[in-house]
Amino acid sequence: MNLSWKKLPGDAPVAMAAVGEWQWTEAARLVREGGGRLVALWGADHRDLAEDEDEYSVYAAYAVKDGLAIVELLVQDSAPSYPDISGLFPASGRMQRALFDLLGIGASGAADARPWLRHGAWPEGTFPLRRDFDASKLPPNAHADYDFVRVEGDGVHEIPVGPIHAGIIEPGHFRFSIVGEKVLRLEERLGYVHKGIDKRFESFTVADGHRLAGRVSGDSTVAFAWAYAQAAESLLGAVPPARARWVRALLLERERIANHLGDLGALGNDAAFAFALAQFMRLKEDWLRESAAIFGHRMLMDLVVPGGVAHGFDAGEAARMVEHSHAIEKEALELRGIFDEHAGLQDRFLTTGRVTPDLARKLGLTGLAGRASGQASDLRADFPAAPYGELKVRKAGAAAGDVAARVNVRFDELLESLRLVRAIVAGTPEGELRVELPKARPGAFGAGWVEGWRGEAFVAIEAGEGGMIRRCHAHDPSWQNWPLIEHAVMGNIVPDFPLINKSFNLSYSGQDC
Amino acid sequence: MLHILRQIARTGIVSEKAPVPDEELRVRAPQIQAEILQLLGRALAIRQVDAGSCNGCELEIHALNNPYYNLEGLGIRFVASPRHADMLLVTGPVAKNMENALRIAYEATPDPKLVVAVGDCGCTGGIFGESYASCGKVENVIPVDVAVPGCPPAPLAILQGILTAVTARGDAGGR
Repeated sequence: MNLSWKKLPGDAPVAMAAVGEWQWTEAARLVREGGGRLVALWGADHRDLAEDEDEYSVYAAYAVKDGLAIVELLVQDSAPSYPDISGLFPASGRMQRALFDLLGIGASGAADARPWLRHGAWPEGTFPLRRDFDASKLPPNAHADYDFVRVEGDGVHEIPVGPIHAGIIEPGHFRFSIVGEKVLRLEERLGYVHKGIDKRFESFTVADGHRLAGRVSGDSTVAFAWAYAQAAESLLGAVPPARARWVRALLLERERIANHLGDLGALGNDAAFAFALAQFMRLKEDWLRESAAIFGHRMLMDLVVPGGVAHGFDAGEAARMVEHSHAIEKEALELRGIFDEHAGLQDRFLTTGRVTPDLARKLGLTGLAGRASGQASDLRADFPAAPYGELKVRKAGAAAGDVAARVNVRFDELLESLRLVRAIVAGTPEGELRVELPKARPGAFGAGWVEGWRGEAFVAIEAGEGGMIRRCHAHDPSWQNWPLIEHAVMGNIVPDFPLINKSFNLSYSGQDC
Repeated sequence: MLHILRQIARTGIVSEKAPVPDEELRVRAPQIQAEILQLLGRALAIRQVDAGSCNGCELEIHALNNPYYNLEGLGIRFVASPRHADMLLVTGPVAKNMENALRIAYEATPDPKLVVAVGDCGCTGGIFGESYASCGKVENVIPVDVAVPGCPPAPLAILQGILTAVTARGDAGGR
């Protein structure tokens, strides 16, 4: 297909091309056939811009061999629709539904057109991301019913769970259809923590939006802030100093370690092994306290900023981090031994919640869960942005696709990240922490793409007048992986659901946004 | 088994001292009699409700359950249903899509009940504010007794907020 690709400046390997309606579908087909992945799908209202009169844009970002390929389709106001790609990329189904809820542009030919993010907070026919949307004219919040798929048959009954769950976790609704204690079908309904983040970005400047991006999913604050910073630097033409890049990688690996420590404890706990929770949460607390002592924030929020980082570390702190990483490594190896030899624990982990590599590939499972199901992609190794090129990240992977595989990938990545922390601390050059930012040119576009602990965080920004953000879209990898949990639980027993769900540990806030 | 016991013995007891209550965090005058608070303070059941948070506050509430804070040693535990709870611990700006669920959870919690709003978002709406999708602070939807600022507040600050809520006014500061 003959498209004119424009390479975007900056750290993320991103190219962009305009497509027509026929090419939109053709591009999706070619990516699918070439083994590529859909990373994100979103839209923007450009009707008020003189050069784009009466037009919206719909974007799809694909991971291909050379990096990230973004195609942009212009859509007329008179017929706001675009061709459905959910047949090629099943993960796009919910993204397309969300795009319609927010912008009023539908995927023509899509089988499922139920609302996804619109639960009743805004009425049908009103679209928050349109430029002429007026929140002050909204009717009172209404509670709309949702058309769940019913499973019929002898002895089938339903268990509705949520939105408020029994544990300390985010809200979402799960509708189980079961026979006895065996799950026949699970249907998820999400969107409960939709906070209107994409719209909220419009009241931030490009230079300041990293704070909001860092709260798309709090557990991935570094990943999102870095993806945002990449996007902002790309559109501003700013180049972060070398030292800042190394500190960013350090923060990202620290975030990965903190989350993996927490998840490993919680996974043990969900298999009734409370010892694991106590031990790993102790290690995580030590880790977070060190983050607070060195960088001023336990969860490392607001440290990655467009143009660099807000905080570095000195030689004493470097030594402290190296020493601590060795200590955690020693304990993690000890605990891994205990996990491995614990028959009861392995019995709960093995073959539970399987996603086969074939299914993972077809449905587009990504990130950590993808790697546990034979999908060997990790941006840090595949498209190493500085400093990852020098660090030579060893990709973790497994093929079994069960809870045990996701536990093992976490152990492998935990140990690798501890190694990376030491390598980064040793390799971080001296120099400035951030550069001054030029003012954003209206219409400028940038994108960022970072491998967070859960998977790839993606951010696209379009600048508006006066340095403001006109449109910013943040995409969490949970979008891709949520639908796979519906498959992973099939045939398992209901009491294993929390364990299976935890083994993916997807973000509700990130997908609801 | 030996490995597990050895690891437990090696770790020892890491629990730290609990913080003292802070009257500054109180949003409204105590609605519950001092005697009842004395009773609740010794055995407090909390139902946590994420009404729209970014999940940062949830991570810190989770951390409260780690051995350093020894929550259960203080008589505090998290329960699975608001019907079993004395207190709702609410995070997030209240997403419009969670407004209904939060109200239902509040009504399901038996009287006398306490509400602690956690995090900048729960206190003021935070970075998300009020919008087509967000009701803003928790107090805009249900009554709040104590609000704990921070983005996210550290576990110790959350614990301090919880303890403030179960302390009758005047108890704090040794009066």
